[in-house]
Amino acid sequence: MLIYLAKRLGLSVLVALFASILAFSLLRLQGNAATALAGEGARAEDIALIIQTYGLDRPIVLQYLSWLGDVLQGDFGTSYFFRTPVAELIASKVGNTVILAMLSLAIALALSIPLGVLAAVYSGTWIDRLCATISLLGQALPSFFLALCMVMLFAIKLRWLPASGDATWRHFVLPALTLGYYITPPFMRLVRAGMIDALGNDYVRTARAKGLPASRVVLKHALRNALVPVVGLVAVQLGLLIGGSVVIESIFALDGLGYLAYQSIGYRDFPVLQAVVLLLAVVYVVLTLVADLVNAWLDPRLRVS
Amino acid sequence: MTFSRSLIAASLGLLTAFPALGQQADNAVRFAYGQALENPNPYYTTLRLGVILGRNVWDTLVTRDLDTGEFAPLLATEWTWIDDTTLEMTLREGVTFHDGTSFEADDVVATLTYVSNPDNRIVSQQVASWIASVEKTGEHTIRIHTNGPAPSAMEFLSTQLAIFPAEYFTGPAGESAAALPVGTGPFQYTEYSPGGVIVLSRFADYTATDAKGAASLDRVTIRTIPDIQTQVAGMLSGELDFLMGLPRDQADQLGTLPMVHVESGETMRIVFLQINTTETSPNEALRDVRVRQALNFAIDKEAISTNLVGEGSTPINAVCFIDQFGCTEEGITAYPYNPERARELLAEAGYADGLTIELAAYRDRNLSEAIINYLNEVGVTVTLNYMQPAALRDGMRAHTTELVQMAWGSYSIYDLSASTPVYYGGQPDDNNNDPELMAILDQTAQTVDAEERAALFQQALARISEQAYAVPMFSLPIYYAGAEGLSYQTYPDEILRFWEYSWQ
Repeated sequence: MLIYLAKRLGLSVLVALFASILAFSLLRLQGNAATALAGEGARAEDIALIIQTYGLDRPIVLQYLSWLGDVLQGDFGTSYFFRTPVAELIASKVGNTVILAMLSLAIALALSIPLGVLAAVYSGTWIDRLCATISLLGQALPSFFLALCMVMLFAIKLRWLPASGDATWRHFVLPALTLGYYITPPFMRLVRAGMIDALGNDYVRTARAKGLPASRVVLKHALRNALVPVVGLVAVQLGLLIGGSVVIESIFALDGLGYLAYQSIGYRDFPVLQAVVLLLAVVYVVLTLVADLVNAWLDPRLRVS
Repeated sequence: MTFSRSLIAASLGLLTAFPALGQQADNAVRFAYGQALENPNPYYTTLRLGVILGRNVWDTLVTRDLDTGEFAPLLATEWTWIDDTTLEMTLREGVTFHDGTSFEADDVVATLTYVSNPDNRIVSQQVASWIASVEKTGEHTIRIHTNGPAPSAMEFLSTQLAIFPAEYFTGPAGESAAALPVGTGPFQYTEYSPGGVIVLSRFADYTATDAKGAASLDRVTIRTIPDIQTQVAGMLSGELDFLMGLPRDQADQLGTLPMVHVESGETMRIVFLQINTTETSPNEALRDVRVRQALNFAIDKEAISTNLVGEGSTPINAVCFIDQFGCTEEGITAYPYNPERARELLAEAGYADGLTIELAAYRDRNLSEAIINYLNEVGVTVTLNYMQPAALRDGMRAHTTELVQMAWGSYSIYDLSASTPVYYGGQPDDNNNDPELMAILDQTAQTVDAEERAALFQQALARISEQAYAVPMFSLPIYYAGAEGLSYQTYPDEILRFWEYSWQ
C-alpha cells in the first residue's frame, strides 16, 4: 500500500506541475500582458515601465521558475489588475465557490439516488426509461442553456429567486440547481448499475426470503452496498464542480473563483490566473488521489495492479 | 435568433403582470457594468467606469458646457492665461470634500503636483504631463506653469484632472491611508469591493453650480456583471434599473417591453480602417495611393451605417468625431461609394487581376464581414485576422499589420489632440509616418490660438484624406436601457451623469 501511495503521490505532483506549466505557457500566447494592462492608447513609455516593473522582458523559463519559487514559499504575487495580493483575492472568493460546489453536490445526490434506485427496482419499465430520460437531459443540455431557462422561469416569470449575485442564500439556488442537475447523470447511472447488481445478490435474496419488507431490503441491504462506488465519484465530481464553475459563476455573476478566473483572462492578470489554475489542479489532483486511495483500500486488486 | 433574444421575446408576454417599480421607493438606481473596476481612484484605471465615477465623485476645476461648447466654471470661478505657459485660476469658496474638510488652493496644488509627477505612475500620463509646476498665490488662487504651449490644458482640466484633498496621497502610485477616496462631487463612495459591488450615496453638502447640479438620487449601486444576457435578465426580473452598451438586437427587443425605456445615442467613438504604408508594411500594394483610394471607393459606409449599425451612427469622411474641436469635413477629399472607380484605380495600379490584403480586427465582427464583402466585390481578397485588442495593438506598433479596423473613442475628449496625433503624428500607433503630416500635427501641439490650431487640424485632415491614409467609416452609437420611470439623458462622451438622473 505504501508503494502504491508513493507512486500515486508522485504522479499527482507531476500532474499539478504540468498543469501549471501549461497554463503559464498558454496565457503568454495570448499577447503582451503589458499592452493589455496599459490600456487603450497608452504610450510606449508606459508599456515599457510595466514590462520593467513586472519583469516581463525576462525569458519565459526564468519567469516561470521565479514564479514557482515564490509559490513554494507561499507567495502567489500581486494581481496586475487589482494590485492586491493574489492570496487575499483568492481567499475572498473561494468561499462562494465552495458553497456552490457543496450545494450542487447535495442537489445531485438528492436527485440521483432516488432516481437510480427507482430505475433499478423498476428496471426495463417506463419508470426506468423516464429516469434515464431525466438523467440524459441533464447531460445533453448545455449548462448555460439550462441556466438561462431557470432564470427565465424562476427569476423573470415567477420572480421567486434572484437572477444574479451572491448577497443571500437565495442567490445560490439557481446556480446550484443548474450545476447539480448537470452532474446528476453519472451518479444516477452508477447507483442504478450498483442497485441492479446488488438486487441480484444472494444476501438480498436471503433478506427477501426472511420476509423483510421490500422497502427495507432495497434501502437498507441493497442501497448501502450500491453506494460504495458513489463515494469515489463524489471526490472526482467535487473537483469538477470547483474547477468547472467558471461558466455558471459568470452567468449568475456569482463572485467566486471561476468568476475571478473569467475576469482575469480578460485582463491578462497572469498572477491570478496562474494561482487559480494551480489551486484548481491541486484540488482536482488531491481529490482524485483520495478517490484512488479509497478505492484501493476497498479493493485490494487495484493495489496489486 | 439568439437565446437572449428568445429570452426577451418570451418575457414580453410574461411581464405585464409585474409593474417595474424598480428602486423608485428607495430613490436609488442599480446599474450593471460588464467589467470590474480595478481601482476606485480614477487616476489609476483606464476603464470607462472609472471615468464615469471620476465625474460623479469628483469635480474638475472647469467643465465644458455641452450646449455651447465653451468652458464653464466649476471648482475654479475664473481663469486667465497670463502668458503662453502660465494659467491663473481663482477657486470657488465654500466648497467641502466628502470628509468635511474645506476645499482650498493647497488641494489643487497637491493634486496636480502629485499626478504630474511621473514617479506616481497615473495610468494616462498625458493628461498631466503638460504641467511643469503649480503655485499657490493665495488661499483661493493658484497658478499652473506649463512645460510649453499647452493647447489641450483646458480640455484635460475639464475632464480628467479630478481634485483630491491635499492629504489624500501619502505615497507613490496612488498609495493612501484612507479607505476610500473622497472628492467634492455630487456623490460619495459608500462601498467598493474589487470586482464586486460599488455603492455611491448622495453628497448632501454638494456645492451645485449652473454647470453641475446636486444629485436627485439617494444612492447608485453598481454591480459587475460581465455576461450581457445576465444583465438583461436582471433588468427583466427587476433587479437592475439601468444598463449601457447593449448590442443593437437586444436593445431593439428590450425596447418593445413596456417596463424598459431604451435609448440610443451617438458616441464619440469612430470606426475607421487604418492602412499601413510604412517601409516595413507587409503589403507593398498599400504604399500605392491609388490602391488606398480604391479601398475608400469600394466600401459603402452609408449602407453599413444604416443597415448594420443603426440609429445614432453617422457616416464620416474625415477621421474624427464632428463635435471635437478641430474636426471638420471642409476641404476633405470624400470618396463616395463607387465600385467602378475602385476597380479602375486598382487596374491603374497594376492590380486588375486582384489583390490580397489581411484585415486585422478586434471587435464588431459583423462590420468586418461587411467590409470584406464590399472589398471582394472589387476584386480584393481579404483574409480576416480577428485578434485580442492587446495583440492587435502590438502588431500595429510593430508595423506588421496591413489593414486594421479601429474603433477610437478619444478618451471622451472633445479635442482632436486626443485622436489625430495618436494615429498620424508619429506616435507608436502611426502606421504612415508621413513627415509632412507629423510636422503639421506637431505644430498643433505648439499653437495656443484656437483659430490657428483649427486651421492646422484642417490641413492635417485634408492631407490624410487626399493621401487616403485611412478609410473613415462612421460614428458608433451606444444603447442604454432604463427601467420605466427612470429619467436619464445620454451624451456622446458616454459619461453617465448620475446627478441628473431621477425617478418620475
